[in-house]
Amino acid sequence: MTRTRNLYLIPYAAWMLLFVATPIVLIVYHSFFDVEGHFTWANFEKFLTPVYLKMTFNSFWYAFLITAFSLLVAYPTAYWLTRTKHKQLWLLLIIVPSWINLLLKTYAFIGLFGTYGFVNAAFEAVGIGTRQILFTDFSFVFVSVYIFIPFMILPIYNALEELNPSLVYASRDLGASPWMTFRRVVFPLTLGGVKAGCQAVFIPALSLFMITRLIAGNRVVTLGTAIEQHFLVTQDWGMGSAIAVLLIIVMAVIMLATGNRGTRGGAVR
Amino acid sequence: MTTKNGKLARLYLIAVFIVLYAPIFYLMYYSFNSAGTMHGFESFTLEWYEEVFRDTRLLIIVLNTVVIALLSSAISTILGVVGALAIDRVRKNRQRNALLAMNNVLIVSPDVIIGASFLIFFTLLGIQLGFTSVLLSHIAFSVPIVVLMVLPKLQEMSPTLIDAAKDLGASGWGVLTKVVLPFLRPGIFAGFFMALTYSLDDFAVTFFVTGNGYSTLSVEIYSRARQGISPSINALSTLIFFVTLILVVGYYFLTRRTGRKPSWEVAQP
Repeated sequence: MTRTRNLYLIPYAAWMLLFVATPIVLIVYHSFFDVEGHFTWANFEKFLTPVYLKMTFNSFWYAFLITAFSLLVAYPTAYWLTRTKHKQLWLLLIIVPSWINLLLKTYAFIGLFGTYGFVNAAFEAVGIGTRQILFTDFSFVFVSVYIFIPFMILPIYNALEELNPSLVYASRDLGASPWMTFRRVVFPLTLGGVKAGCQAVFIPALSLFMITRLIAGNRVVTLGTAIEQHFLVTQDWGMGSAIAVLLIIVMAVIMLATGNRGTRGGAVR
Repeated sequence: MTTKNGKLARLYLIAVFIVLYAPIFYLMYYSFNSAGTMHGFESFTLEWYEEVFRDTRLLIIVLNTVVIALLSSAISTILGVVGALAIDRVRKNRQRNALLAMNNVLIVSPDVIIGASFLIFFTLLGIQLGFTSVLLSHIAFSVPIVVLMVLPKLQEMSPTLIDAAKDLGASGWGVLTKVVLPFLRPGIFAGFFMALTYSLDDFAVTFFVTGNGYSTLSVEIYSRARQGISPSINALSTLIFFVTLILVVGYYFLTRRTGRKPSWEVAQP
């Protein structure tokens, strides 16, 4: 096996160099230029002004909320899913919605949350009365959680499936209460799945721009929205690139801090 | 762990399923509403379905989306298999990890950054934004996924299999087409399907690299949804839901027949 030269490497490495390395180098390069094409540090200086810092803080706060709520809903779902009878089928049913184009799902919420939509009609019926749901922080977080839930459920489900049930029995035999067993045995052993799920939700949530535009109006401005704005509306590629570069750095830090993704029950199994 | 769930658990799971499916059925229900709104069901109509089939622009966009998805996943499957073979042959650990890290960059990058960097890249190369740029970027983000789906299968393969084929007089090409590729088939299929779903579902990257006049379904839905409710989108989403369902069921049985536990992966938003 050692005699053959690795001929496969040439096309693959060339492809990766062209489509992975080059675009990243270009975006870093562009972040040092202003609209007129002069070298400048101004983009990064501008990032340090209160407007952008507040936006960054907002992005993180929303991404954190989305991740936390996803986890809160997903963990019990995954846990109880592993204990149902036809679990493969149930899992499939969880995954089918994630294969529906996410634009369509977001669009559905414009109808559901609208002034005359189903939710307001229900509010009316129970006497709360019509209120503004669309274009609020709540609707933004809710729709994002809705979109991301399957990505959180899957890794946790996989981690729970890998858990050796005899450990749970042992814990129960030794006198631990169900809650104690969960807290001291089940949860720590599925932490890998939880981490993978959080990564799979947090990073995309940090750079959302489609849901912010459609559901939150322009109330919520995140880093993703800002990048889109700079590239496609104001054509200030330098500033857009600068934000992107900072986002890449943050992402890399998160990846390093939480360990490699995809090695254990991550989104890619 | 076939312990039955308590009442609370069952209620919780049912609630999650209702919330997951409600928006989708809400969309579908109002696609039959003659009032053309997403509230106040007036009377049953197939008018919006007729409109979808009369709308040549929309049909061309659907066709574009399908062509891009099939072409990009076919090409990225070939490139991905080559990539997996290349990585598998690298024996030095450091080089191998470097290649894998490079491979993972596009998987963990937020879509906005991929889109923005490709926009710069294509503009620099002078590639006109449209079919080519969308196709190339879809291939680019699909290749790493295929690699990750094929690589584990390749590592599972016993080297004696190749030695045996060589001893029996097979040429290098013969070993590849008669032994290696058939063994990898499940991984290749899974990779192809994953690439297909990523491509069909992608919005953010496509949004950055489509120029004027060329559009895919996600981008089109986005621009229509920004203008408010459009009942033909509802009709279209019903059609898409059933096509997706057929694909999912097809994939389920395909993986069943090959005797493999279906690995349920989901597309990243």
